[in-house]
Formats: sequence, structure tokens, C-alpha cells
Amino acid sequence: MNIEFTHRQSAHCESGVTANLFLHHGIEMSEAMAFGIGAGLFFGYLPFVRINGLPLVTFRSAPGSIFRRVAKRLGVEVVRQKFRDPDKSMTALDRALEQQIPVGLQTGVFWLPYFPPALRFHFNAHNLVVCGREGDNYRISDPVIDEAVLCPREDLLRARFAKGALAPKGAMYYLKDVPAGIDLRPAVKAGIREVGRRMVKAPVPIIGVRGMRFLARQLEGWPQKLGPKRAGQYLGHLIRMQEEIGTGGGGFRFIYAAFLQEAAELLAQPRLAEFSRELTDIGDQWREFALFAARRCKGRGEEETSYPRLAAMLRDCADREEKLFRGLLAEV
Amino acid sequence: MKSEDVPQDKAILGQWHEICYALDQDGRYVLAPSVGWDPANVANLQAWEVIAEAVAEAIEAVRSGEASPLAFHMARCQMDAGLLAGYVQLARWRVRRHLRPAVYARLKPELLERYARVFGVAAAELDRIPEKPELPVVLDNDEEDRNQ
Repeated sequence: MNIEFTHRQSAHCESGVTANLFLHHGIEMSEAMAFGIGAGLFFGYLPFVRINGLPLVTFRSAPGSIFRRVAKRLGVEVVRQKFRDPDKSMTALDRALEQQIPVGLQTGVFWLPYFPPALRFHFNAHNLVVCGREGDNYRISDPVIDEAVLCPREDLLRARFAKGALAPKGAMYYLKDVPAGIDLRPAVKAGIREVGRRMVKAPVPIIGVRGMRFLARQLEGWPQKLGPKRAGQYLGHLIRMQEEIGTGGGGFRFIYAAFLQEAAELLAQPRLAEFSRELTDIGDQWREFALFAARRCKGRGEEETSYPRLAAMLRDCADREEKLFRGLLAEV
Repeated sequence: MKSEDVPQDKAILGQWHEICYALDQDGRYVLAPSVGWDPANVANLQAWEVIAEAVAEAIEAVRSGEASPLAFHMARCQMDAGLLAGYVQLARWRVRRHLRPAVYARLKPELLERYARVFGVAAAELDRIPEKPELPVVLDNDEEDRNQ
């Protein structure tokens, strides 16, 4: 049994799942639009939270928040369930599929057999859509994979009940009542305002542009504090959070620029297109930062990849983003 | 980033692509598939180096009789005692005890079965420890070894 579901590959799992589910219910929405309305852009440096012994740095909002915000801003009712009993979770999935409802799942990636082996870490905030079942295999539209794939029930069950940080606990979600003729415009503005406030008006100095400056300050001290090897691992971790599969490049800056470009047309506000171009330039600078940081990891290019030089690049990104988001807040 | 500049550095994605957002000739955003980017690949391999070190240490510890084979499988599956305890649904202190060879030797078959299921091997295979860590990626220093 398969549901007719359009698989569109995306940069990021959650915005991809959101856009594809809405499209299925007749609301034309690009991934970038879902990312923008869902206020996915973020920056946070939280050194007191450790991921495999490395400080948490994030370029995106909390897992689950994009889907939740898009649904709320568009006035769409969502069914969301978690489970203690694995069998019950699969029965609930089967029942929804029988009613021809494509179902979003939160899973870990470590147990997904189709996932690139080199990326199978214990990361538990992955999102995918189940859009059919063929015997003991489920048809899965995983937005970061090129095409829909089949996944054995056993493996899917493990992925749904992955343990550790952000354990999904079998979480599944789907759209219930989707009204016709939804106007995206107020939602777009609300999304932009939320990201703008977060980036320049966060009350704590570890979030938004202040978080970027905090990271710059810390990063300068890494080689003395940690020694060259460990400092290199910290840098590598930063690059992974910024560029590893699922960001669209430049720590989500490009995907957000794509959203601003769409928003400019939708709202008939050409100024937003200018902000899009500026954010593209800033994204290029994040890419350059990753490039230099990777050289540093490999111990190449002493002068231009020194830690103070890398910190200066981050500060420059922070200054430019501060100007940009203040401008955006004034615009919408 | 322009769409013609989207990097195509193949290393870790296998048959798949990742999506990059890039500008076409008219300055419009398009979704451009990429097979990977070197800086991201470097960072990924570095993460695997850390895992490889942990696995190599575990192999050494099992061979020298300091740890039970569970320590090797735990490292291979990128777990610590806490995460493994979650998967086998035992208290962490019990998992820690089972990492001691003497305690492991007396483990009941059903507990061994439970561990084996989590690690994705048959219970009879638990004691088979390879010479070297087996990874899904090729690390630089492996290549150097081969060239020598």
C-alpha cells in the first residue's frame, strides 16, 4: 500500500518534511519558505552543553520547532504522538497509512540502513516521512536523500526508539485539518520578526550575534587552553555543525537568503531581495571560515588560518548579520 | 554561492547527494545537488579518527584482558556505558560491571542475547574481535600505511 506522495529532496530534514507534507495537503510551499515561516535560522554557542565531549554550537532552532511554528502560523491542526510501547507506535503508524495519511517521524540516524554510513552518528533529531508500506518494508521519503527508499520495519522501529540525547520516543506527527486558501504573508512576516529578534535582541549573550562574538572570543583561547590537537577537534566540530549534510551551505544562511528572495516577491517588498543578496555574501563568508578552519585542522596555511584570524572572520560575520537583522526588523 | 561553484568533492555520501542552495545566472536561488565539500569531508573524517582511536583502544583492552568484548562493540557502535545501558535496558552500573572480563564470562545467555541484538551481531559472534577497527570511511593515515 502506497500513498501518492511527492518526494522533493531538501537541504534540511525538518523544513523538507514540513514543506512536503503541506504540499501533499494542497499548500504549495518550498523548503526555504517552510524554513523561513518556521523561523529555523539561529545561532547559539552553549559550551556547557556537551555533544560527545564537544561544546554545542547550533545554526538552527530547536528540533521540532520549524514544523510546529509553520502549522501554528498557518492555523493548521497537527496530530502529534509519542509512545512508550514500540508495538503500539507501529500500529498507530500503520493505521494512519491505511487512511492514506503520510506521517512525519522523528528518528535517530544511527539505525537507518539507507543513510550514508559515514554520517551514521547518534543524532536523534532527524525527520522523515513514511508514505507507504510494502509487506515488512516501509516506503520512506527522507528529505535529505535523493529519492524515496524502502526501510525494513525492524530498522525503522530501532530508529524511532533511538536512545540518548533528544530521544524521539517514537514521535510521529501529521497534518489534520488544512483549510483551503491559506494566506502565507502574515506568517512570513511573523517568521522574519522572530528570527530578527532572536539574532539581535536575545537576552542572553550566547545566542544570536552576541553568541557569535562569544564563540570568537572562546575560539581564540582554544589552542592555549586545549592544546593543538583538541583545539583542532573543536574546530572540526564547528565545521560539521555548519556544513555537514542538512544546512544547504553556510550554516543555513543560503537557505534563509532563498527564503528572503521568495518573501520579497510574495510581499512585494523589493528591499527584502537586497537583504537576500547581503545574506548570500555573509553565507559566502561563513563558507570561507569553514574552508580556512579545515586547513587549520590539517595544519596548513599558518598565517591566514591562525586562531585570531578565524576569530576575526567570525566577528565580521557577526557585525554584518547584526546590521542585516536590524534592517530586517525595521522592514517588516 | 553561484550554482556553477557548488563543490563536487566526493568522499562520504556514497551514492547520495546533498542539496546546496546557490544562485543561478539570473541571481535566483536554485537547489543544487552536490556530492560533498572538502572542508566538510575533512571535519567528518576527523570525527571518525576519534571513533577509530576509541575502537583501537578498546580492542587493545580486550586483548590484554582488561575489558570484556562488550567494550569493543560499545566503542564500535559509538556508545558509552550510559547509552548502551539505555539500549539494553539495564542500569548503567550493571553495564559497567559487564565490561569486566570476569563478570562477562559468567553472564547468562539471555543477557548476552540482549547485548548481541543491540550490537547487531549473533550472540556467538560477540567474542570475535578484529585486529584493527573497521570503519565506513577511509582515513588518511590508513592510506599512508598502504603506501608504505
